[in-house]
Amino acid sequence: MTALNRILFRDLWHMRSQALAIAVVMACGVATYVMSLSTLESLQQTRRTYYERYRFADVFTSLKRAPNALAPRLAQIPGVGQVQTRIVVDVTLDVAGLSEPAVGRIISLPHHGEPTLNRLHLRRGRQIDPTRRGEVLVSEAFADAHKLGPGDHVDAVINERLQQLNIVGVVLSPEYIFQIRGGEVLPDDKRFGVFWMSYDQLAPAYDLDGAFNNVTLRLMAGASQPEVIRQLDNLTRPYGGVGAYGRNDQVSHRYLSDEIKQLHNMGVIAPAIFLGVAAFLLNVVLGRIIQTQREQIAAIKAFGYTHVEVGVHYLKLALMIAGVGLVLGVIVGVWMGHNLAELYTQYYRFPVLQYRLNPGLIASVTLIATAAAAVGALGSVWRAAFLPPAEAMRPEPPSGYHATIVERLGLQRYVSAPARMVMRQIERRPWKAALSSLGIAMAVAVLVLGNFSVDALDYLMAFQFDTAQRQDMTVTFVEPTTGDAVYGVGHLPGVRHVEPFRAVPVRLRAGHYDRRVSIMGLVRSPDLFRLLDTHERVIELPPEGLVVSRKLADLLHVTPGQLVTVEVMEGQRPVRRVPVAALLEDFSGTNAYMRIDALQAFMHEGPTVSGAFITTDANRNDTLYRTLKRTPRVAGVTVKHAALESFRNTIAQNMLQMQFFNMLFACVIAIGVVYNTARVSLSERSRELATLRVLGFTRAEISSILLGELAIVTAVAIPVGLVIGYGLAALLAIGLDTEMYRIPLIIDRSTYGFAATTVIVASVISGLIVRRRLDRLDLIAALKSRE
Amino acid sequence: MTERQTAPADPEPPSTPSIVGDAVFVARGLTKVYRMGEVEVHALRGVDMELYAGELMVLLGPSGSGKSTLLNILGGLDVPTSGTVSYQDHDLTVLDDAALTRYRREHVGFVFQFYNLIPSLTARENVSLVTEIAADPMDPADALAIVGLGERLDHFPAQLSGGEQQRVAIARAIAKQPDVLLCDEPTGALDAATGIVVLEALERVNRELGTTTAVITHNAVIAKMADRVVTLSAGVIADERHNDRKTAARELSW
Ligand SMILES: Nc1ncnc2c1ncn2[C@@H]1O[C@H](COP(=O)(O)OP(=O)(O)O)[C@@H](O)[C@H]1O
Ligand SMILES: [Mg+2]
Repeated sequence: MTALNRILFRDLWHMRSQALAIAVVMACGVATYVMSLSTLESLQQTRRTYYERYRFADVFTSLKRAPNALAPRLAQIPGVGQVQTRIVVDVTLDVAGLSEPAVGRIISLPHHGEPTLNRLHLRRGRQIDPTRRGEVLVSEAFADAHKLGPGDHVDAVINERLQQLNIVGVVLSPEYIFQIRGGEVLPDDKRFGVFWMSYDQLAPAYDLDGAFNNVTLRLMAGASQPEVIRQLDNLTRPYGGVGAYGRNDQVSHRYLSDEIKQLHNMGVIAPAIFLGVAAFLLNVVLGRIIQTQREQIAAIKAFGYTHVEVGVHYLKLALMIAGVGLVLGVIVGVWMGHNLAELYTQYYRFPVLQYRLNPGLIASVTLIATAAAAVGALGSVWRAAFLPPAEAMRPEPPSGYHATIVERLGLQRYVSAPARMVMRQIERRPWKAALSSLGIAMAVAVLVLGNFSVDALDYLMAFQFDTAQRQDMTVTFVEPTTGDAVYGVGHLPGVRHVEPFRAVPVRLRAGHYDRRVSIMGLVRSPDLFRLLDTHERVIELPPEGLVVSRKLADLLHVTPGQLVTVEVMEGQRPVRRVPVAALLEDFSGTNAYMRIDALQAFMHEGPTVSGAFITTDANRNDTLYRTLKRTPRVAGVTVKHAALESFRNTIAQNMLQMQFFNMLFACVIAIGVVYNTARVSLSERSRELATLRVLGFTRAEISSILLGELAIVTAVAIPVGLVIGYGLAALLAIGLDTEMYRIPLIIDRSTYGFAATTVIVASVISGLIVRRRLDRLDLIAALKSRE
Repeated sequence: MTERQTAPADPEPPSTPSIVGDAVFVARGLTKVYRMGEVEVHALRGVDMELYAGELMVLLGPSGSGKSTLLNILGGLDVPTSGTVSYQDHDLTVLDDAALTRYRREHVGFVFQFYNLIPSLTARENVSLVTEIAADPMDPADALAIVGLGERLDHFPAQLSGGEQQRVAIARAIAKQPDVLLCDEPTGALDAATGIVVLEALERVNRELGTTTAVITHNAVIAKMADRVVTLSAGVIADERHNDRKTAARELSW
């Protein structure tokens, strides 16, 4: 080993705790990068092969009833590769152990073997035998939620008749990687399950022999999806087609895409913060090292070492620290990636979620970490490389201090000598103090940002499910029916209050923008399902016209007062222009509301309803559930509290885990910054502090000089961090403003408190560590060492 | 042979000690101006001088007289504001930074007032720092033996006294077998007894290895061990003389 490298290793060992603190900050950045992006790539890759191998469709549509003879005509649409027609129906389920009814979606399987599109992956059991009655395959998510397997059965109300579904196999489908019922906000594997049944058994039950009510298509390469959709809609319209959509509107696909997008954001933002802080720390620490080693550097250069050799020497120091962070970060990142992929298998059902680590990712993170370290080290390396050897032979002149603002204002009487030393130190190098503050502020911001999602979600849940929607259950009917049905529901056991609604699938057009939505017809002043704006004020529906989500208005580029064309997708399919009466700031979906009487008039129908919101007497729920399970007209019941609970159980747990990591990350940053700042000040001032000790100052007094500086830096950092955190949360809220969700910019006061407290505690801990060094300050050595 | 503004005429050729040969350095009209903001400091105001092969020259002068500045220029650490310096056939004033670095690496050994040892390297490693980049170095252990530290090879600077540290620095400077050894106040930070041990080491190197040596000091006593003494005062050479009889370092005292 060369002497220079020996210096390198010994210096590194000498500064090991500082180096480690920096390496750990770096490692957090590397780890989040590796974790997010490797998981992202794994998800994407897995999804791609799954879609390919199991022939996930490109275009989806449902209709009322079309003869099988239509299928060949669909196949002739230019650009269509394969067509799969089928029957898809939602039924009410009675599952052992679940008192409330669940919704089952039954999809037909062609009687000759496998479907051409959206093929199933058999997890357990066997395929169905079409000759045996009632055999079904069940989605794994539902089977797992109820611990069901081959040999078990559930009861279903299939077209008004109770039928037993005998499970023979548990399967996965590329259509239901994420299993959620369209129109719902929360996934609920206990109360929504997908079943596959032989076409020959399903068709007669719904009077669909020789017919179908659902089509999926696969496009040929290069086909124009919008054009195919247009032609498909034309062909299916006479048969009650409700309008086709592509993968981007397919619920499971969209959730997964959103997840991938979020992983990508996390993989960019978090590493940027960590690596930025690490680069700053390298800059400070290396800068100090070069200052203390001025004479050493000068001597080395006097002996004939070149600029490059000296520069490279210090660059290596930075790179070795980065190297430790890199290795640590990659190991932790891969481990976390594995865990995250594992966690994903709870929500996203793939035949195998193969976690894979792309070597290119390691290469890119190595490059990024190296670049960050190099940027951090650049200034110091430059100074070392071009230090004029002759000049460095003379001791550095005392640093130029001057009187601070406080003193210029004549307030020094009120300030003790130690406090004055603290202030002058900060004033002498305001940039360093400011950057240290900024680093700590980032730790605060990370915490605010981490808890923001929890706060926002809490608020959103409370807003949506307590304040706005006060029903206990939502009952939907198989078909839009007359008002009598509402009357019937009102007389079910335990039902207290009933509020009918009418939902109509439509396509809204404005100019060349269009969107498929449902218009929700609500009673005049709803008590249960209330429309609220973001200030929780009740919005009154006008007698005419639509109230639409602000997001929907944005998508259609319309403002209140303008007309939109409403094309109804069911019944008589009326098409009319309707004014947008008002906008609604809401948090999920793209919704359109209308007074129920206005909607019925628009539809040229009598008092027709699609379902009802109800409140119930909780004591009699079991009886109610039992009745509902056997009520043929009822297609589904959504029990609000049950869905909420299951959501909280799963998501909340993961949120806690995320919160823990956020806290860990923030502490790493805070400790990394505070500890290094303190060590550098200690090194700069050990002589001065030792002198004070010799002059009779106590340990506590000199500690207060050193730690006072940190206290000020931290105190400044906290409000700044809270503001940055708020800003980042606002950015995140804008970034997450999608058709599916809008995140309210709600941050609890407790979040601010938590962020500030955590960072203060982290700062105090690092202060105490440095204070222990201060207590061991070697007075003689400090006084002897020449600066 | 030489013309100096202030030096007294010196008609006799020097009573050359056996090993003194041709001029290794020839400096003509050297000036050095440091600019510190508004103020200009004239550190050298026109210096002509030579350094002869194999001699031990002492550069004497009060603090601030420009000794270090002159030595730094000779050693390629700094460049003059005007004037020329040549080392053997090379004009140092025309060399760029990289060439000066090569010049230092190949020809010059430095000893500094404050030793400038690398605290994280042992005595032997401090020496090897230089031998590693030298063309024809001695073994670091041999270099340390010459300065009487053959037993302290693996001690770190913090474990050595000031005199010992300075001797390590001398070993470090001579280990690459430099053509010239430039020492800036090598005893400046040492007490007399220790200083003498260090001077003995320098004397031995000059005598046994024949290394051309320049020693800066503000201590006139040390001048007695030189072949030639040049006195600098306020940036000009005030005096130059030859010692007819060199005093051995061991016999000095102050
Ligand atoms: N880098 C520098 N910048 C400004 N002035 C300098 C510098 N180096 C030396 N000087 C000044 O030049 C003069 C000569 O310095 P120096 O050569 O170090 O003297 P000596 O070594 O004889 O004590 C002094 O006045 C000193 O203050
Ligand atoms: Mg000097």
